[in-house]
Amino acid sequence: MTRLSSSFPADRAALITFVTGGDPSTADTGTILDALVEGGADIIELGMPFTDPMADGPAIQAANIRSLNAGTKTADLLNIATAFRQRHPTVPLVLMGYANPMTIRGADWFADACVQAGVDGVICVDIPVEEDDSLGDSLRANDVAVIRLATPTTDAARLPDILKNASGFLYYVSVAGITGLQQAAQASIQEAVTRLKAGTDLPVAVGFGVRTPEQAADIAHVADGVVVGSAIVEIIAEHGAGAPPHVKAYVKSLSDAIRSAR
Amino acid sequence: MWTESLPFAKRFAHMTKQDKLSNSFRNQPDDRGHFGQFGGRYVAETLMPLILDLEKHYRAAQADPAFAEEFDDLLEHYVGRPSPLYFAERLTDHVRKEAPEGKGAQIWFKRDELNHTGAHKINNCIGQILLAKRMGKTRIIAETGAGQHGVATATVCARFGLPCIVYMGATDVVRQKPNLFRMKLLGAEVVSVESGSGTLKDAMNDAMRDWVANVEDTFYIIGTAAGPHPYPELVRDFQSVIGREAREQMLNRVGRLPDMLVAAIGGGSNAIGLFHPFLDDPDVEMLGIEAAGHGLDKQHAASLAGGKPGILHGNKTYLLQDEDGQIDEAHSISAGLDYPGIGPEHSWLKESGRVRYDSVTDTEALEAFQLLCSTEGIIPALEPSHAIAAVAREAVKMDKDQIILANLCGRGDKDIFTVAEALGTEI
Repeated sequence: MTRLSSSFPADRAALITFVTGGDPSTADTGTILDALVEGGADIIELGMPFTDPMADGPAIQAANIRSLNAGTKTADLLNIATAFRQRHPTVPLVLMGYANPMTIRGADWFADACVQAGVDGVICVDIPVEEDDSLGDSLRANDVAVIRLATPTTDAARLPDILKNASGFLYYVSVAGITGLQQAAQASIQEAVTRLKAGTDLPVAVGFGVRTPEQAADIAHVADGVVVGSAIVEIIAEHGAGAPPHVKAYVKSLSDAIRSAR
Repeated sequence: MWTESLPFAKRFAHMTKQDKLSNSFRNQPDDRGHFGQFGGRYVAETLMPLILDLEKHYRAAQADPAFAEEFDDLLEHYVGRPSPLYFAERLTDHVRKEAPEGKGAQIWFKRDELNHTGAHKINNCIGQILLAKRMGKTRIIAETGAGQHGVATATVCARFGLPCIVYMGATDVVRQKPNLFRMKLLGAEVVSVESGSGTLKDAMNDAMRDWVANVEDTFYIIGTAAGPHPYPELVRDFQSVIGREAREQMLNRVGRLPDMLVAAIGGGSNAIGLFHPFLDDPDVEMLGIEAAGHGLDKQHAASLAGGKPGILHGNKTYLLQDEDGQIDEAHSISAGLDYPGIGPEHSWLKESGRVRYDSVTDTEALEAFQLLCSTEGIIPALEPSHAIAAVAREAVKMDKDQIILANLCGRGDKDIFTVAEALGTEI
C-alpha cells in the first residue's frame, strides 16, 4: 500500500485540496498546508507556480503571479514539500503544474527530486498520454505516481490509453474549461464516474468548479474523491499571510460535508 | 504560373514517398508531430481529442482536390496571389557603394506585403478557415501580436460569415491602434489581455483558455507555425505558397535559384513558408532573422540565440526562460516578433544546421525601415525591416552575380506611429 492508495477511505470520499506553492510566500505555504491537513484534507496537491498557467482560471493565475513575484523558485517548492513530509509522514502530497518547470532540468532530475522531497505523485496539466515519455517513464521508474486527467472530451476510444500506466488515482476534470469557473451538472458527473470506474480499479476523484460543502457532498456520493482548489486559493488571496485559520475553517466545512455524505 | 497548378498531394502532403527520403529536410514532422526532439502535442487532455480530430480533418483535406481548388481560387482572386517577385535595383546599388570591389549581391524581394490585408498572414487564415468550415465549427478565435494575424483572421471571418474573437495583449492594443480599429471594422470582437506583459504570449494563453472552454463549436486559427501538432505543419503548408511561387518566379526570371534566402522570425511562419520549398536545394543558403530588441545582452526576442529548449503553448521548442523554466518577457520594437518562443521546425532546422539564424536589433531594424522607404519607395512593416537589415549586412559580403532574396512579409502602414515615436517625430 502506498501513501496515496491508502488515503482513499473505504467508507467515504477523500478530500483533495489544492494550493499554489509560494502563495503568498514560501514562508507562509507550510502553515497553509498544515491548515489543510488540520481542516481534514486527505490528500494535498501542491501547485508549482508557472508564468503561463494556460489551463487555469483567474484565481489560480493570480496565485501563480503572487508566488513568482514573491520570488518562489523550484528549490523553494521542493523545500516546502520536504518540510511537509517531515511534519506529516502519512499525508500524501502530490505536485501539480505544467510541463516546462517539471522537465527543464530533465525528467530524471525531477523524478529524483520528487523522491527526495517525499512527493507521492505528479499531475502535469500539459503532458497528455501522447507525450508521456517526456516525464512519465522517469516518474514510474522512481515509484512516483503518474496521475492522469480525464475530461468530458475524453472518449471511449481514448480512455484505455489514459488508464494504461496511470497510477495513484484518476482525476476527472468535470468541465471542459479552465479551473475555478463553473461546475458540471451532478448527473453528468455521475455518468462520467460510472464510465471511468468501469475501466479502472484506481480511485476516481472529481474536480473543477467545486466550491460549496453541498457541491462537495454531492460529488462524494458518486466519486472516490473531491478536489477543491480555486475556492481555497481565493481565501489565500483575500487573507494573505493571515489565511491559515480561514483555510482550516473552510476545509473543515468541506470535510464535514463529505464525511456525512454517505 | 498559378494556373499551372501542381498536383495537390505534392503541394500539401509532405509525406509523399519521394519526400520520405531519409536525406530530405522536407520530411518533418513524424507521425507524432515531432521535428526531431521539437514540436509535439503538449496540451491539456480536454484539447487532445480536438487536436486529433483536427489532424484527421487536415489529412482528409490534403487528399481532397476540392480543398486545394478552393484554397487556390481564394488566394488568386481574394488575396491577390501570386505576389510579385521584385528586383530592388536602387537598394542593390546603395549596398554596392559600401561593398568591396566585386561584392554586393543582387537584392530581390518577394512582395507578400502586397497581399490583401497587407501581410503574409492571410495565406494561412484562408487555409485554416476552410478547415474550420470542413469541421463544421461556427466560432473562430485567434491571438495576435502586431495585429496582422488578427486583421487577417477578422477578414476571413467576415468573408465566411463566422463570429470572430481576437485576443490581443494590452500593450499591443496600444501600439497597434490602426489594426485594432481594422479588426473592429471587420466585425471582430477584440479582447484586450492584461495578464503578463500584455503581449503575444499572453494573448496566446487567453486564446487557449477560451478554446479549452469552447471545444465543441470553436476553431482556433493559430497565426504562426507553432502550437500543438498539427498546427506547425499545416501553417507551414499553407504559407509554403510563398516559397513555391518564389522558386518558380526565380527560375522563370533569371533561370536559376537564389543563393540566399532571408526572412524575419517571430514564430516563424513567413520564414518557414519561404524556406520549406527550398530546403532540399543544397546550393540555397538560408538565414532566419530573430529580433535582438535592445541587444542580445539586454531584453530581446531571439529565442534561438538566447534561449534553450522547453515546453510552452503546446510544443517543445527554443524558449526564453530562466533556470526554473519560467518564461521570460520578450522585447522587440516589432509587435509581431515580440514572442519568447519560435516554431518547432526552426528549432530543428537550427540544430540540423540546414538554416543559419542571426539577429537584428530595434535600432538596426529602424534604419533598414528608413532605407527601404528612401531607396525603393516601399514602407515595410517593422517585422521584415529586420530581414532587410540582414540583407544589407549579407549582400556586401556576397559576389555581385549572386542573388539574395528576402520576404517582405508585411507593409508598414500599421507601424508609422511606432516609428514616428522612435524617431522623435510628432504626427
